[in-house]
Amino acid sequence: MIENIAAYLDHVVSQGILSLSPPGWGGALLVGLLHTITIVSGAYIIAIVLGILGATGKIYGGPLIRDWLSVYTTLIRAVPELVLILILFYAVPKIINDLLVASGLARIGFSPTVVGMLVLGVVIGAYMTEIFRGAIIAVSRGQTEAALAFGMSTYHRAVRITLPQMLANALPGMANLWLSATKDTALLAVIGFNELTLVTKQAAGSTRAFFTFFIASGCLYLLVSVLSTQLFAWAERRARRGAPEIRRGKV
Amino acid sequence: MTVPRFVHLHRSAMMLLALWLIYWCATRLKWDWLPLYWHNGLIQAGLRNTVLIFAISWTAGLLLGTLLGLAQAIGPIYAAAPSRVYCTIMRGTPLLLQLWLIYFGLGSLFPQIPWIRNSGAWVYLREGWPFAVLSLSLCFAAYEGEVLRGALRSVPKGQLEAAKAFGMSPSMQLRRVWLPQAFHLALPTLGGDAILLLKSTPLVATVAVKDLFFVSDQVRQDTFIVYEPLIALAVMYVFFAGIVALCFRWLERRVPNRSLGG
Repeated sequence: MIENIAAYLDHVVSQGILSLSPPGWGGALLVGLLHTITIVSGAYIIAIVLGILGATGKIYGGPLIRDWLSVYTTLIRAVPELVLILILFYAVPKIINDLLVASGLARIGFSPTVVGMLVLGVVIGAYMTEIFRGAIIAVSRGQTEAALAFGMSTYHRAVRITLPQMLANALPGMANLWLSATKDTALLAVIGFNELTLVTKQAAGSTRAFFTFFIASGCLYLLVSVLSTQLFAWAERRARRGAPEIRRGKV
Repeated sequence: MTVPRFVHLHRSAMMLLALWLIYWCATRLKWDWLPLYWHNGLIQAGLRNTVLIFAISWTAGLLLGTLLGLAQAIGPIYAAAPSRVYCTIMRGTPLLLQLWLIYFGLGSLFPQIPWIRNSGAWVYLREGWPFAVLSLSLCFAAYEGEVLRGALRSVPKGQLEAAKAFGMSPSMQLRRVWLPQAFHLALPTLGGDAILLLKSTPLVATVAVKDLFFVSDQVRQDTFIVYEPLIALAVMYVFFAGIVALCFRWLERRVPNRSLGG
């Protein structure tokens, strides 16, 4: 068994299908991974902005804003990501260009990467809104009251009190969302984005070495998820520093 | 005097807007392809395949997930460790990648094995749906395994001690006390995960299974209509997700929460 595997690995390396330079596909896989990480990082930043705006609107906004935000979060979470990505793939660039034309500006072309970021950002922004809403509500009321008593402005209350404390509550949910976002990028392969899963399929198809490539890129995805889990755990420890330890009853 | 909720101005405005939007969609958009694809049976086939694939992989995934959860919660180390690794791997890689690995990988392996080629199952193994169901079940099982591991651990200890005090055998404790309460605790998460599974079924269209997504893709390729088939598809999935959510709400209401007071 072990000899077979060793022989197979030797075969893969000597044939060079996983090597980094062009006859092998290793380099192409890494470029695909880079595309995946670029798209998911951009989408995540868009989602954080949407999430903060959405959560603020849901908590402090008027009835109209709250209703519209409920429509946004409910609809996005009820429709399959693949369908949403397809709809937004056509709709987002069109809406932006229509707005630009309406305000007298020139149309702009979108690179596939930017479209991918926007589309995925709008989708995970809905989930982010819900995570942030829960996290903001969980910030103890005494904290904002104390800030008010200090005479802080709304801006200072948000930036110095609510957002930093909210972060510790939001980070577990944000970590989950990051992991599912890295996996959702794979859906962009269906509409032809040149990211890791699509490159893997092309490599596997042209070399007929299906298991080698799908397992190799599975390992890359796992690597990303393991590393980012560590990173988020560190971020959460840092966000919670100085906060009372509730779990061990040391409040 | 309090105003009843339904006369709130903004709600009425939203309602009017929604009605106008539905009217606009119905009159301004192109729907002439609908009767065509209803008459040639593609829409019904898509509906049937989506529902079947969802139902089969939900059932299989939940069964396997229960085993994975049990193995991690009470199993010996040689059962707990592999299922832990399995859950981590399946949850750490995209479903699309798993689906393509199983479909293209196994699909290229099977024809080389003579006894599979000559067996009666070969007729089915040439199609996409066995692989689609297999990969959806395997992936869903990994998620449910994690959920049930947590739920099995959070059943109150007093319940298990009471079961033991009644003289129940270990298997009876599991059947009558531990598992039912764990499932009840996990119900909200199970409901959410069922909807997640439903939302990942369109992926099977990439391995040539003729589900709803496949049909809408077909319509878009035949007629060059961009939005309408996608909107119809989105409405269908929202409808299905609503039904699943209602089923789980009904299940949750069937058992009063007080039974978990221990």
